[in-house]
Amino acid sequence: MDPAAAKLIGAGIACIGMGGAGIGVGHIFGNYLAGALRNPAAAGAQFTNALIGAALAEGLGIFSLVVALLLLFVA
Amino acid sequence: MANDPIHQFQIHDLTGSFNLGGYEISFTNSALFMGAIVAVITGFFWLASRKAELVPGRVQSVGEMWYGMIDNMVNNVLGHDGKKFFPLVFSLFSFVLVANMLGMFPYFFTVTSHVIVTASLALFVILLVVVVGIYKHGLGWFKLFVPSGVPLAILPFISLIEIISFLSRPISLGLRLFGNMLAGHIVLKVFAGFVVSLGTLGGLGILGAIAPLAMAVALTALEFLVAFLQAFVFAILTCVYLNDALHTHH
Repeated sequence: MDPAAAKLIGAGIACIGMGGAGIGVGHIFGNYLAGALRNPAAAGAQFTNALIGAALAEGLGIFSLVVALLLLFVA
Repeated sequence: MANDPIHQFQIHDLTGSFNLGGYEISFTNSALFMGAIVAVITGFFWLASRKAELVPGRVQSVGEMWYGMIDNMVNNVLGHDGKKFFPLVFSLFSFVLVANMLGMFPYFFTVTSHVIVTASLALFVILLVVVVGIYKHGLGWFKLFVPSGVPLAILPFISLIEIISFLSRPISLGLRLFGNMLAGHIVLKVFAGFVVSLGTLGGLGILGAIAPLAMAVALTALEFLVAFLQAFVFAILTCVYLNDALHTHH
């Protein structure tokens, strides 16, 4: 296979990892909303915790994006 | 390529460089915008606190909200003895927020879309955590990596995982901000490029270009949310990591 083509395919495959981060962030905010509707009084205090969880889950998706960018522009 | 989405991240030399001890020193557009960020923050808070009134005006109440939000966050996460770190967290938050927001203007340079800037900020935070932890608890701070109540058989593995997770913090803290800003701006420019290339087809193409244009407008709104959220996340993760240094629960 042409190395340049393999690089592009690899970058595309690496981006699949971002789907996992999407599932994770959706899960966190979905569960946060479910909990917030059950007990709206406690929702405000937990919003920062939801944001921390979303940021940590999103960070892993960003790693796969960085791998894709490294393949495209550096490797 | 005519619509190069990477072009916006190029660093230009603005004044011409000179050599200092083997290093090339130059005033770039990145440095210009960092100066602009500091000027905007300083100017805004000068304006907000110029004549403090009991019933705050518009600028003053935005300044108070800005201050109060970070004050509240530092109090919630770090507790009472975290008050000393409020200036640090506030400066980090303000710098990242204004950098992200200035980057949203067309033709403006986004400082935080360069990994060297965000990685430096993240590395500074983690080194501060190590220094404060050792200053506060001495060598006992390293008990952070040895959780209590873990069976002796699996303790080496747990410690290894704890050490790896600690060492990956500066990487994830820096890359999260960098990746979000870089990806957001690339997506914006790619959709803007669709508008241009569809528009040059003429006739039906111009009609079809409405769809990516609407998408670009919606994405711009999303990017403003991301710009604020990432600054907030950077500040709150700084607090969470500093909390490890101040209060070792293990």
